[in-house]
Amino acid sequence: MNDAALVEVDDLSRSYGSIMAVNHISFSIRRGQVLGFLGPNGAGKTTTMQILSGNLAPSTGRIRIAGHDLLEAPHSAKQAIGYLPEQPPVYRELTVDEYLDYCAGLNRIARAKRRAAREAAKMKCGLSDVGRRLIGNLSKGYQQRVGLAQAIIHMPPVIILDEPTVGLDPIQIREIRHLVRELGKEHGVILSTHILPEVQATCDWVQIINKGSLVLNDSIEGLSRHMQSSALSVALRQPPDLGLIESLPGIKSVQDEGNGHLRLFYDPETDPTDALVDLAVQKRWGLYELQPERASLEDIFVHITTEERDSPKGNAA
Amino acid sequence: MIFTIARNELRRMFLSPLAWVILAVVMAILAFMFLSSVQYFVMIQSRLLSMGSEDGVTAVVVAPLLGNAAVVLLLVAPLVSMRLVADERRNKTLSLLFSAPVSMTEIVLGKYLSLVAFLWLILAMVALMPLSLLAGGTLDFGLFGAGLLGLALLLAAFAAVGLFMSTLTQNQSVAAVGTFGLLLLFWILDWAGRGSGASGILGYLSILNHYEPFLQGIFDTSDAAYLVLFILTFLMLSIRRLDMDRLGG
Repeated sequence: MNDAALVEVDDLSRSYGSIMAVNHISFSIRRGQVLGFLGPNGAGKTTTMQILSGNLAPSTGRIRIAGHDLLEAPHSAKQAIGYLPEQPPVYRELTVDEYLDYCAGLNRIARAKRRAAREAAKMKCGLSDVGRRLIGNLSKGYQQRVGLAQAIIHMPPVIILDEPTVGLDPIQIREIRHLVRELGKEHGVILSTHILPEVQATCDWVQIINKGSLVLNDSIEGLSRHMQSSALSVALRQPPDLGLIESLPGIKSVQDEGNGHLRLFYDPETDPTDALVDLAVQKRWGLYELQPERASLEDIFVHITTEERDSPKGNAA
Repeated sequence: MIFTIARNELRRMFLSPLAWVILAVVMAILAFMFLSSVQYFVMIQSRLLSMGSEDGVTAVVVAPLLGNAAVVLLLVAPLVSMRLVADERRNKTLSLLFSAPVSMTEIVLGKYLSLVAFLWLILAMVALMPLSLLAGGTLDFGLFGAGLLGLALLLAAFAAVGLFMSTLTQNQSVAAVGTFGLLLLFWILDWAGRGSGASGILGYLSILNHYEPFLQGIFDTSDAAYLVLFILTFLMLSIRRLDMDRLGG
């Protein structure tokens, strides 16, 4: 068994009639990795998750999970997956304990070990106090946790979570994110979301999918380099002639925002900040604001996902 | 694995009031029918004896009871079967089964088994009524046994149709109406061509024509084979249909 790659997706695509929901994507994920799967609505996130979990058959492509081909050896492959769909698949008329016992049985946990598996899953998801309550009477957040407990009860190497924090309150969101990070230490986690801070908070690898195609596949560190923007936001009380600033070494262009607010775009190789401050003091421009601009993940996201529709926005330069 | 699924289905069935209401209503109606025919038998008993008829209590009371039970359950079976898959599809809980390491066949058989178990529970309770007559007499166990076997197979056939209809839709009422319609159609299929002597292929396909011999105490392997093939056909169709959920789109 290949421990390096838990999930290998190769040339995966899926079409609904003439619509390509997922268009020839390939990626892989290793143990101890939390992969954030980002994309606007309708980009193909959920379709990809459903294919990975065996709920949908791919039109083309190969998926290997923990060394087992999902189509050729579905039993062994599915045993290595825990899947939490968008809507937690819970039976409202059962109690939490009854439900989790059933899930343990479905995942072929030996009868003698089911109780221990259930208690461990409940402990991890903060469900220890509600074991005897009906799932239908629990709040949305607790139902989500039950769904999560279901996904991890058989300790699968791969956990697939489709928008796990939708509809939760901020405290629960923090708890779930914490849990995902914990899980990410021992398992491989694929997390789909459209909430960007969630990715920054929990994932160490990011993929952005747009209209069925992967448009970005990078680590969080790599992404931070993307986010190193090369722009300065400056406010001056007595703004000089713009040409004077443009003549500074490294400055590529200057944009006047009015009221003495300027945006300077520079060559990332030569940071003109020091030169600019010196000059401002020397010429008494009255510098009172100076801020390096950072492109947020949101900027990159918007930039990448709207690229095909219109020209790139300037602030992500 | 099949039994894990079946047990869970049965448990959830009995957690809903529907299962209990169905049991209560079916029992009440059949008990009423049973008592009326017992009363009728007591009335005509002496006449039967004087006519030298060989019909005993089993032929006069038990066979009509099982015949009536089949009609009542034809109405009731769709109500039990409708939720099996349709409800899970609506509540989006099917993905729990699809992403678990179980095959489509195991899912279908598990659900089917739970439905058959429920219907056979009704059958067992119906069978208790004639058995109560043992307190005051004896029964023709050959006739009674054949009738029970026939009804058991018939109910299993109802269940297979019901399960298949439930896999077609996410709306429970649609599944129930569809099941009822299809079962009734198979029931009355021999009406076509009636009176023209040989009722031909439609008569052969009619499920009623394969149930009635059992009630007369005739166990014909071709009747049993018909019902078994009927069941297998609809189970296969159910498996195919659920597979389409994964493949289609």
